[in-house]
Amino acid sequence: MRRLKWLVPTLYIAFLMLPIYWLLCMSFKNTNEILGSLTLWPRNFTLENYQKIFTDPTWYRGYINSLIYVVINTVLSIAVALPAAYAFSRYRFMGDKHLFFWLLSNRMAPPAVFALPFFQLYSAVGLFDTHIAVALAHCLFNVPLAVWILEGFMSGVPKELDELAFIDGYSFPQFFRKFLLPAIASGIGVAAFFCFMFSWVELLLAKTLTSVDAKPIAATMTRTASTSGYELGLLAAAGALTIVPGAFVIYFVRNYIAKGFSLGRV
Amino acid sequence: MARIGLERLRHTYQAKPAGDADWALKEIDIQLADGGAYALLGPSGCGKTTLLNIVSGLLRPTAGRVLFGDVDVTEKPPDERNIAQVFQFPVVYDTMTVYDNLAFPLRNRGVAEASVGARVREIAELLDLGPTLRTRASGLTADGKQKISLGRGLVRSDVNVIMLDEPLTVIDPHLKWRLRSKLKELHQRIGLTMVYVTHDQTEAMTFADQVVVMHEGAVVQAGTPVELFERPRHTFVGHFIGSPGMNVLPCEVADGVARFAGQPVRTANAVAGVKSGARTEIGVRPEFVRFAAAGIPVRVVRVSDAGRHQVVETRHEDAVIRLLVDERDQVPAGTAHVSFDTEFTRLYVDGWLAA
Amino acid sequence: MKRVSQKAWWLVLPVVVLVGFNAIVPLMAVVNYSVQETFGNNRFFFEGVKWFDEVVNSPRFYGALRRQLLFTAIVLLIQVPLGMAIALAMPRRGVWASACLVLMSMPLLIPWNVVGAIWNIFALPDLGLLGWALNAMGINYNFTRQPLAAWATLVAMDVWHWTSLVALLAYAGLSAIPDAYYRAAKIDGASAWAVFRYVQLPKMKHVLTIAILLRFMDSFMIYTEAVVLTGGGPGNATTFLSIDLVKLALGQFDLGPAAAMSLIYFLIILLLSWVFYRVMTRDEAPG
Repeated sequence: MRRLKWLVPTLYIAFLMLPIYWLLCMSFKNTNEILGSLTLWPRNFTLENYQKIFTDPTWYRGYINSLIYVVINTVLSIAVALPAAYAFSRYRFMGDKHLFFWLLSNRMAPPAVFALPFFQLYSAVGLFDTHIAVALAHCLFNVPLAVWILEGFMSGVPKELDELAFIDGYSFPQFFRKFLLPAIASGIGVAAFFCFMFSWVELLLAKTLTSVDAKPIAATMTRTASTSGYELGLLAAAGALTIVPGAFVIYFVRNYIAKGFSLGRV
Repeated sequence: MARIGLERLRHTYQAKPAGDADWALKEIDIQLADGGAYALLGPSGCGKTTLLNIVSGLLRPTAGRVLFGDVDVTEKPPDERNIAQVFQFPVVYDTMTVYDNLAFPLRNRGVAEASVGARVREIAELLDLGPTLRTRASGLTADGKQKISLGRGLVRSDVNVIMLDEPLTVIDPHLKWRLRSKLKELHQRIGLTMVYVTHDQTEAMTFADQVVVMHEGAVVQAGTPVELFERPRHTFVGHFIGSPGMNVLPCEVADGVARFAGQPVRTANAVAGVKSGARTEIGVRPEFVRFAAAGIPVRVVRVSDAGRHQVVETRHEDAVIRLLVDERDQVPAGTAHVSFDTEFTRLYVDGWLAA
Repeated sequence: MKRVSQKAWWLVLPVVVLVGFNAIVPLMAVVNYSVQETFGNNRFFFEGVKWFDEVVNSPRFYGALRRQLLFTAIVLLIQVPLGMAIALAMPRRGVWASACLVLMSMPLLIPWNVVGAIWNIFALPDLGLLGWALNAMGINYNFTRQPLAAWATLVAMDVWHWTSLVALLAYAGLSAIPDAYYRAAKIDGASAWAVFRYVQLPKMKHVLTIAILLRFMDSFMIYTEAVVLTGGGPGNATTFLSIDLVKLALGQFDLGPAAAMSLIYFLIILLLSWVFYRVMTRDEAPG
């Protein structure tokens, strides 16, 4: 039974790859072939979809814009979440329980109607159509998530570790950097990836708060899907390319996610 | 219960060790007597935790054998060696009560429930955990949890040895001595072999009958606390044990006489037959250094109050000589002379006690 | 056990400011709309609870709610155990672990409209690999016409899309368990099942709480993927809460009812989340 353990992730990944394979296939076909009949692999292999994306600024600018605000948001979210998570984990203070739940509640509203007020708010502070605007707006749901994840991992580290470090003469920032951060490495890895991911795929706010300068890739794709009547091959290629940055991120944080915490003096 | 033999153990964590520095354990060959209280003492990185893990079976040594009694257990996993281990951070099963925690090892081995109850209560009594048996393990303080860890080892009647890996690390300083006394008491009552790994000499010296001092992967000296104190076989031992540590003074050897500061120094061990080019040093503990009318000239640099005595730091040129002076006595200021108690002054060659 | 200190508020201040800025003003605006009626030209008339009344008394609301509850329940029951099982079965380190992590995270990174589009094409009876394969095997499958097929496809899509979230969280949680616990369990002679029950599961409780709550909230608000895949159909077979909301809002071009509906949906999610949250963090201190 134990021998077959590898079968579980293998079957699961095979299941995941099937539609992705389909997506890749579509990206190498032209629209006619896709809508024409079912073909298991591209009969007329074409790179025209990818060419379009790499050469047309409306397309590749979309990726760059998305990348910019997503990275800003991820860094920002994790940076403010770390001290807050420490506070929740190590201290009790007035209103802490309610504050924590309030943070979570910000992920609970169906977004549709909130778009307009967001538009008004960010226009009022003069941030409309900037990367910062989207990065800040996404903090609404990413910061609570980061705090939530990090708090849990921090609570898994015995408080005695803090006291030990202070007794040994380390200052708070030193303790944070040398002891705490390595101990919660897997939490940081997963929190960073999720912040990146949720910000990367968020459509409504990103579209609402931008028009030209900071237009995200997801917006460009919906345009294609609705107006020019389904350029499927192009959409597929664009979709395939959206996977790439995130794959890099998780590759980058993989060691953090898989890292164990070995009990022992650092 | 068994004698533990460690034969020619060597261990490296590298796949292809290049030099000496790649070996975490250089060569360990010692016997631990049945029922003894041992301490593995040494600074961080000296290999004591590696050795502990090899004895408990969590690590397979690169070379050498581990014997419990006459049985070679080198290849056996931990659960077949009948050992118990207490870790640096308390390891308890949070969702279970204290009772269930203690009962866990017995239940896993299929012991009848009636005997489990009796045994658990007996051990809980021993460890002062009686009143907390029905509380959830997660609710106890750090020292309580360590006692549970210890208890899980004690409940089993087939335990050969208890290994303790710096168990007092997370205990509140003012509670440490309590747990330490408890461990000593337990050892005296039960008579199990206990191996206590630590970098704290106080813990080692107060707990153990035999202290094994390790340095850079090798055993430097094994002996009773008194032996280690009065007759250190290596300057490292002298330095590490005792607070303050032994004075180590570079000296010259000529014509069978050791000389420091231009004066002959009489030593307890023989000085003959020292190879030229070897590093020679005089070792003498501050306890055995006295102010005298004549002797080695020194400058008094600093006096610290350590309670019942004062630690006086003096210098002769660049060499530092420390001595202890009773709290009521006057410490001379400026310059003075010190002399060494011959019986406890020794010559060390390349760090090792000259034969 | 935790120290009481009001100074800790300084540590959470940046978070409160950042989130509050984005939360409070828009929320107030929506509340504002929900109690007013507009006849265009930016003229608003206070209407009190008229919109709330309307929403709560409409049968279509309850229909959407029922469907939503069913969908969320099914999805949670599949994704949480499956995600955990995958995390437990995944290699801990090495090249295979990295490969697993990267491949697993791919579905999460695809914009949701593209997810819907992929599955749409994938499941088409004539043009899609899945649809064609199922029909070739003799199953009469057409998700655009059959409610059951639509449900099945939606569930499959959601499982495909989101299970990795649970798996990743569980995996990170598992990795954070210190080695010493496994060693102690080994010394105690614990079986693999006992290790799971007494070491792994308790230590994963936190990540599982996050995973369950996240999936609950997000599946309750599901919109884009579902709309692109089935459009809420056939008929209203797969019209969940958000889809219903947008249909209504777009249909009437009226902020009032839409805002009221949003608030009601928000309150439902809030209530249910709160219940889940209390249950799961029953014996812990805050957070």
